[in-house]
Amino acid sequence: MKVTMTVNGTVRSGDVEPRVLLVDFLRTNLALTGTHIGCDTTSCGACTVRMDGDPVKSCTVLAVQAEGREIKTVEGLANGAALAPIQVGFHEEHGLQCGFCTPGMMMVTSALLERNPNPTDDDIRWAISGNICRCTGYMNIVKAVKHAAQMQSEAAKAPAGAAVAGGGE
Amino acid sequence: MFPAAFDYSAPTTLAEALSILKQRGDDAKVMAGGQSLIPLLKLRFAQPALVVDIGRLPGLAEIKRDDGHVRIGAMVRHVDIERSTELAKLVPLMVEAVHWIADPLVRNRGTLVGSVCHADPSGDWGSIMLALNAEMVAQSASGERVIPVDGFFQGPFTTTLRPDEVVIAIRIPVPAGSAGGSYHKLERRVGDFATVAVSVQVELDGRKVKKAGIGLTSVGATNIKAKKAEQALVGHELKDDVIAEAARLAAAAAEPKDDIRGSAAYKKDVVRVFVQRGLKAALAQAQEGKS
Repeated sequence: MKVTMTVNGTVRSGDVEPRVLLVDFLRTNLALTGTHIGCDTTSCGACTVRMDGDPVKSCTVLAVQAEGREIKTVEGLANGAALAPIQVGFHEEHGLQCGFCTPGMMMVTSALLERNPNPTDDDIRWAISGNICRCTGYMNIVKAVKHAAQMQSEAAKAPAGAAVAGGGE
Repeated sequence: MFPAAFDYSAPTTLAEALSILKQRGDDAKVMAGGQSLIPLLKLRFAQPALVVDIGRLPGLAEIKRDDGHVRIGAMVRHVDIERSTELAKLVPLMVEAVHWIADPLVRNRGTLVGSVCHADPSGDWGSIMLALNAEMVAQSASGERVIPVDGFFQGPFTTTLRPDEVVIAIRIPVPAGSAGGSYHKLERRVGDFATVAVSVQVELDGRKVKKAGIGLTSVGATNIKAKKAEQALVGHELKDDVIAEAARLAAAAAEPKDDIRGSAAYKKDVVRVFVQRGLKAALAQAQEGKS
């Protein structure tokens, strides 16, 4: 059946069987391979994307359920060459080792920062509790998110027109 | 992993959904958030011919007061409960317990009603609804039926819901007077199924228990309502000996099996300990609310 959704700001359509998962639609039909498939059993969070703003596990959403919805993937974070604050945070604080969990981690924590611009370590750990890093690099992931939060709050304080890295929106 | 092929229907009116279920209910599965159903489809434990997605039906995402009850629609997600200031006042047990359900990402999609209809004996909401004496509001082409959650579960993943019915809401009696509740869960890691969990809700009349609800998770073929333990509380003050007796009766009502998460004997003892802790926490909350 035909399915149409907005992905990273662009309307995208495809013809899929109802059983096709959102993650496979993104990766196979749209060639957006930044969203990873890890456990495929709703456990690891590597496939996290944002659906109407909420981070969700795209291995546990049917593509047809996303009909008419707004999807954002890791490819939609940066604004051209300007990395989003969450990406800068992961870069600066070495928030990744193998990088497999990173897209999911960034999608879930970018949502956290919108709801809670100054999260505590506990808030961050709680937010990523559905995402597994098998390198166990959680310390640096928490630092990365704090770095991004700091960047965002400084950008908010900066005078209008100051050059700051743009967000993904 | 792909599910086996199925037909998909996403009706936009309840009448349309009911008509589809009337015709094809026997081969159909109703899907709300899909957080339990999609994993089952992927593992091919479930292979329905038709999936009826109720996610596009209007009016099912509401939490509202309804004549001494709070009514929670079939598309209200766990995260909506987590963020509901009204539920935090009316039924604080639910808002406390929701943190134990799955993980934050699953809570963004999964629903309370879907979880109860899924009838997993390891499901958290089932025993919380048993403790709260909730009831399901089921709709079919032939009308509405109210089904108490006590009696709704027939076995693992099996309920008394008919193939032509869909649950559109859960009704929860709003605890009155000085009341308290708690949910204690033992899990190996965030998002895991419970090794054991216990839900407790009490309403006090003065110092004595007026109503008591105790629901058990992961210790039997369904979520279990520990009725003898509940009865042992009613009319009594929540003193240590009364609490200990109720805890013993609840442990006796549990029918756990040995598995990777622990032995049956261990799980029974966790039930006993959690009922004690739960009742003490509920009592403290009830007394705090009164002052």
